[in-house]
Amino acid sequence: MARTKQKAQSLLESEIKVAPITTFSVLSPEGKIVNEDEVPGLSDEQLQELMKRMVFTRVWDQRATGLARQGRLGFYAPVAGQEATMIGSQYALDKEDFILPGYRDIPQLHFHGYPMYQAFLWSRGHQHGGQIPEGVNVLLPQIIIGAQYVQASGVAMALKKRNTKNIVITYTGDGGSSQGDFYEAMNFAGVYKLPVVFVVQNNRYAISTPVTKQTAAASLAQKGIAAGIPSIQVDGMDVLAVYQAVSKAKERAANGEGPTLIEALNYRIGPHSMSGDDPTRYRTKEEPTEWEQKEPLTRFRAYLEGKKLWTEEMETGVIEEAKNTVTAEIKKADQYPKMKIVDLIDSMYETTPPHLEEQKAEYAD
Amino acid sequence: MAQLTMVKAINDALRVELSKDENTLIFGEDVGVNGGVFRATENLQKEFGVDRVFDTPLAESGIGGLAVGLGSQGFRPIAEIQFIGFIFEAMDSILVQAPRLRYRSGGRYNCPVTFRAPFGAGVKSPELHSDSLEGLITQTPGIKVVCPSNPYDAKGLLISSIRDNDPVFFMEHLKLYFSVKGEVPEGEYTVPIGKANVVREGKDVSIFTYGAMVHTSLKAAEAAEKEGVSVEVIDLRTLSPLDMDTVVQSIEKTNRAIVVQEAPKQAGIAGELIAQINEKAIFHLEAPVLRVTGPSTVLGFPLIEEEWIPSPARVQKAIQKVMSY
Ligand SMILES: Cc1ncc(C[n+]2csc(CCOP(=O)(O)OP(=O)(O)O)c2C)c(N)n1
Ligand SMILES: [Mg+2]
Repeated sequence: MARTKQKAQSLLESEIKVAPITTFSVLSPEGKIVNEDEVPGLSDEQLQELMKRMVFTRVWDQRATGLARQGRLGFYAPVAGQEATMIGSQYALDKEDFILPGYRDIPQLHFHGYPMYQAFLWSRGHQHGGQIPEGVNVLLPQIIIGAQYVQASGVAMALKKRNTKNIVITYTGDGGSSQGDFYEAMNFAGVYKLPVVFVVQNNRYAISTPVTKQTAAASLAQKGIAAGIPSIQVDGMDVLAVYQAVSKAKERAANGEGPTLIEALNYRIGPHSMSGDDPTRYRTKEEPTEWEQKEPLTRFRAYLEGKKLWTEEMETGVIEEAKNTVTAEIKKADQYPKMKIVDLIDSMYETTPPHLEEQKAEYAD
Repeated sequence: MAQLTMVKAINDALRVELSKDENTLIFGEDVGVNGGVFRATENLQKEFGVDRVFDTPLAESGIGGLAVGLGSQGFRPIAEIQFIGFIFEAMDSILVQAPRLRYRSGGRYNCPVTFRAPFGAGVKSPELHSDSLEGLITQTPGIKVVCPSNPYDAKGLLISSIRDNDPVFFMEHLKLYFSVKGEVPEGEYTVPIGKANVVREGKDVSIFTYGAMVHTSLKAAEAAEKEGVSVEVIDLRTLSPLDMDTVVQSIEKTNRAIVVQEAPKQAGIAGELIAQINEKAIFHLEAPVLRVTGPSTVLGFPLIEEEWIPSPARVQKAIQKVMSY
């Protein structure tokens, strides 16, 4: 066999390398524009709306954690520190787009039309919490980590088959990125070029487990590379960066160019959930305080104040509104009728089979 | 002897086995630094080091595979699945790979894995945290299923499970973790797998049950006593294989039987137990064997859980009914 002229690459040179990751951002932690070219084209009112929603969500979260402490909620996963990712990503959607959330992604659902009192009922464990109103394009908050990701491909395929220009967005966490489902979902969406935006909120912890114990990879974003889909890491505390990244990914998806993976770097300031998690067991007391410096509300507030678009009055107004809303919605949840076992029996199948029909007698009151 | 909660007794069993056999390993989500979300593995990483007690990435299929692989190499992995509803991600390991390894290899390999998982309703945990899924697992040949109802048994049975050379699925009822205390001897002792326990002697009717329903059944038995009915309560303790000798002996004495399970009615432990009673003790029965179970639905939502879970009153009704024949 003739020797090739060209020098073959050595084994070492042939090794595939991932280029160093840079984090996409628009605003600095001080609220200064650091990326002129990527400032999203939002009107002043839209910018104010983003801020209002983040403040609203912060107040709601504070009230909800308080209610959970008093035993007036069931399962509740705090969201402080993650508002920019949640609010910015949902704001980039159209009402017809579909959200497949994890258990923590309640704010996105709410701003997509899911009523707050139903979120409270879901938290407490009432069936009505899952009865998503007609026309609100969301599936239920997912408890099984990873399930929403694989299902996103199914919902997206349905949208594609029906020739809509709509897309699916789905969320998981840094922990969730370790599930086989995480990769399978991206792989399917890549193969079928499905209109999905995969968001992974890297809030640094899966309960007590830090992201450094989830993977040897330098980023979660690069996990999309193996599935052959465009992947990006964004500053998830920067609402403009998140909005911009999701808007672009949505556009690509709607144009038939397939899925995108977005790793959003943020931080869970509070405990994992309100069911007994004690963060001091796995992180220093100072750590959350350090993160609060980069906190999404402070930074966006500074930016808007610089543009004379935000005042203390506006802030107080939103806080009042949020408090009143939470109070009214909790009341509505309190007043919602109790469940009955016979109704649960009837909700197992379209037509209740005889063996279940018979069991109702035991629960009739 | 120390009075321990069930979760402390489990912690103690794990400590005993870690000290005794260096092939034992504990891993799962949040079991290391955090000591488990219920503190079942509290301090074990500190005491035995990160090589023996370690956190895994969030991936049950990975946890299951790690356990089977290590098990095939002579280690004794104790894998925690954080809550029962997450076993589905690991079903290939739990219901296929681990139970079949001995059979497929004609005995060349075995799989001495213990899968531990909390389950059980009554503490209002979110969906998929507290279902009673034992029926799914007992349907599978090749894996044993153990479910203690008190701290003493929990420690002794867990030690037996870890030492067993076949895979064991060890079910820890959430409601019992902190609510029942009992005497637990220090150091090592075992409670045998495959042996039921007569927790209350009686002569008119036998109740066969396990897990939290042992306590529900005992309450019903006490109430029945006041009405002049003497109820025997038997804690099955092992759900696969069932201790039919103890079951049959009891029926020979009482001639009446009820099975109480928290799980939905369809195709569960009660169904299997009644089938075996039919095969082995039908001529000793003076009444049909009744069952008190959850309805054949998904576990009731937390806000209606208490109505969904079999209550002492429903067990009492069954006692009255079985006595009326
Ligand atoms: C399949 C599955 N395994 C385990 C759990 C238990 N669990 C609930 S939240 C959580 C940590 C999730 O961390 P991450 O994905 O980073 O999301 P975060 O909670 O930080 O938003 C775990 C292990 C679960 N809900 N589902
Ligand atoms: Mg996380």
